[in-house]
Amino acid sequence: MRSLLFLFAVFVAIGAAPVLIASEFWLDVVIMTLYAALLGQAWNILGGYGGQFSFGHAAYFGTGAYTVAVLQVQFGVNPWIGLVAGGLTAGAVAAFIGFSTFRYGLRGSYFALVTLAFAEVLRILSNSVDFTGAGVGILIPLERSLANLQFASKISYFWLIWTMTLAAFLVVWWIGNSRFGARLMAVRDNEEAARALGVDAFRVKMGAIVLSGVFSGLAGVFYAQYLLYLDPSIAYGPAVSIESLLVPIIGGMGTLFGPLLGAAAIHAVSEFTSEVTGDAPGISLAVYGALLVVMVTFMPRGLAGLVSRLGARRGARALAVERRHA
Amino acid sequence: MPDLAIIIPSVLNGITTGALYALVALGLTLIYGVLHIINFAHGALLMLGLYAVYYLKARFGIDPYVALLIVPPAMFALGYALQRGIIGRASHGRDENILLVTLGLAIVIENLSLFFFRSDTRIIDTPYSFETVDILGAFLPLPKVVAFAGAIVTAALLWLVMARTDLGRAIRAVAKEKKGAALVGIDTDHVYAMSYGLGIACLGVAACLLLPSYYVNPQVGHGFVLIAFTIVVLGGMGSFVGALIGGFVIGVIEAMGGLFLGESLGQIGIFAIFILVLIFRPTGLLGHRV
Amino acid sequence: MLEVAGLSKNFGGVQAARDVGFTVPQGVIASLIGPNGAGKTTLFAMITGFHRPDRGTVRFCGEDITGLSPEAIARRGMVRTFQLVQPFAGQTVRDNIAVGAHLHIASRAGALAYAGAVARKVGLGDRLDIDAAALTVAGRKRLEVARALATRPKLILLDEVMAGLNPSEIEAVIPIIRAIRDEGVTVLLIEHVMQAVMSLSEHTWVLNQGEIIAEGTASKVVADPSVIEAYLGKGMAERMRAREAANA
Repeated sequence: MRSLLFLFAVFVAIGAAPVLIASEFWLDVVIMTLYAALLGQAWNILGGYGGQFSFGHAAYFGTGAYTVAVLQVQFGVNPWIGLVAGGLTAGAVAAFIGFSTFRYGLRGSYFALVTLAFAEVLRILSNSVDFTGAGVGILIPLERSLANLQFASKISYFWLIWTMTLAAFLVVWWIGNSRFGARLMAVRDNEEAARALGVDAFRVKMGAIVLSGVFSGLAGVFYAQYLLYLDPSIAYGPAVSIESLLVPIIGGMGTLFGPLLGAAAIHAVSEFTSEVTGDAPGISLAVYGALLVVMVTFMPRGLAGLVSRLGARRGARALAVERRHA
Repeated sequence: MPDLAIIIPSVLNGITTGALYALVALGLTLIYGVLHIINFAHGALLMLGLYAVYYLKARFGIDPYVALLIVPPAMFALGYALQRGIIGRASHGRDENILLVTLGLAIVIENLSLFFFRSDTRIIDTPYSFETVDILGAFLPLPKVVAFAGAIVTAALLWLVMARTDLGRAIRAVAKEKKGAALVGIDTDHVYAMSYGLGIACLGVAACLLLPSYYVNPQVGHGFVLIAFTIVVLGGMGSFVGALIGGFVIGVIEAMGGLFLGESLGQIGIFAIFILVLIFRPTGLLGHRV
Repeated sequence: MLEVAGLSKNFGGVQAARDVGFTVPQGVIASLIGPNGAGKTTLFAMITGFHRPDRGTVRFCGEDITGLSPEAIARRGMVRTFQLVQPFAGQTVRDNIAVGAHLHIASRAGALAYAGAVARKVGLGDRLDIDAAALTVAGRKRLEVARALATRPKLILLDEVMAGLNPSEIEAVIPIIRAIRDEGVTVLLIEHVMQAVMSLSEHTWVLNQGEIIAEGTASKVVADPSVIEAYLGKGMAERMRAREAANA
């Protein structure tokens, strides 16, 4: 329960941002950090807690984004409904991909590659089909109103992303404190042993990928309504897939706050490199790539792992107790 | 239904394109099939090779086919250094870590290239760029026919190295039984680095043979990564012959797909195959049953 | 409780199991012994759903469970431990055991509490909050047992739970296994450590090269000449008898 209170405290503190920050620029930075945290937390459900590394999370993001955009622009459906629909369609895509891969025992690197292939297929499809606007993409007409899920003030967008991200964090908190989560992590750590204890590994992985897909889809909906423009490479291209995994890996996979730490770290780095190199093309992405290499090599438990060094000290004391007994 | 006069050239074109894909896949076959390293940086490294060939021609007037003497050895050295210095250190025993590290490398290489070379697409002009060869009524571009021959020669050379040289034996030993190989005195780190270097050298060969009929920009590697993986998976994860055949098959499928479904949709056929093969027959069409 | 009949399995030319059949009655401690490579773990794997037998049936509590998935079999009350211990690394001992407890307990708090109780039963009560990866070999073996026990099984299959333990550790585990049986759980052991087999096993089957070659009480089976030959080689039984006669 303590961790739940702490979670709320953190989000309440973040909620002070629109009050404390006057500059539109910096509020936007906070918004995009929360958005990155949402993307990362979604990936974290499947990758960090479930142990299945997806390299194609854009598949769910893009589906959510295109759903809300297409429904609005082609069919005149209210974007609030589109929001729900976006989450659902993204979840459906996740269920499909999960079923195809997990049913046949695809794991590890093969799973990662197949998810990449699925995202690419979706990108090609959306590039060729008329109702997604093909290569030109979709422009959502500017019409700022609450009913239209578009806001004149950035503050309202802030609350939208804050709510979505809080929801994702609550779900991940629940994963860390529930039977579902215990089973998911058992499958991650040793699928055979988990099955021998009665855990239906397929079902648990399906649950994880669908949850993961839904939240990625919601991030896509937010993106569509915030930036009002989508095309196949924005929706399904590698950038989103990479950001989705970079955030939790840097912040700490399989932890509740990892994605928040990772999102903040990445934005800090990106601001810093912008200052130093003056927005030269490619530099900040190159730095992300280097960060990925460095984290995986030297800090596989991410920034959150640094924090849990305190826990390690507790473990060492307990180990001394163990040794005396054995 | 298009008639034979259209289909045959399409198939032949597909085969020559497939040869280029196969060249790219040969290196990956060595690296993944033998070392079980998923090399995400494969496309980015190909792109580096292409830039090298480009600048050798643009700045020093060196013909790409002459560059075959320069670029592959340089790429070998680069590959050796990358494996020894970075990739080898990062794995901590988990396959997925190597995936992530090579992904990170790919991102770094691509974006630094974007920074240094800018995003313009470049091509080179050689006297033979537009020459064609008449085969079965199809006029195939000469560079692609040369690439076709090059792919077969490279595959043969690779096979020779693996089967007949000490290095090849060491590589096979390490691939099969790492600890045992170390116990008999093989320097496994060195062998891993040599294998990776060899695989990247193949990319150097591919770059030299590819540029005359293709182009280069920082994103050019993307298109090749998944295709190369598809070929490796299709061809049986470690078989050079399989990679060759897989390359031809993929090239033809892409050509057929383009013919019947149009340019952009044609590529879907390849990815669909990739997904299906991985799900139903991960050892590939020519691999052994698990 | 457990009826195995005609179980056979061929792995690429090696006949790992050849028409194996036996019945484990309820409430006993039974054991499966045999020299290395006899096929004991393969048998466990087939019984608990990790491998599909080529031929034969497995019946548990009257129900045919041949070919069911491991998780389905675990839900019916039969669980196994692994010879190569597989803790959920990075998780605490308590969390490890709780995974087993969750089979019947939905609430997180309930599972964690029950895990504590099970841990105390196997002697891990003082190490509940340390990382499972930090346990000694003896600790890990107990963790394997505790995890399986937490699922409230009717039948527990222990695969070489004594392997790697020193004599005093073995002495400490024997009463734990007896206590498991006393609580109503039937136990089937694969064991090499004869000390454990002799003190615990009420029914013993001997497996050699995929076939059952002897069965009975532990002392009877150990004296059986074909069993001696299986372990020590052809003609050993004769030579041993001859030497005993010479010394008499």
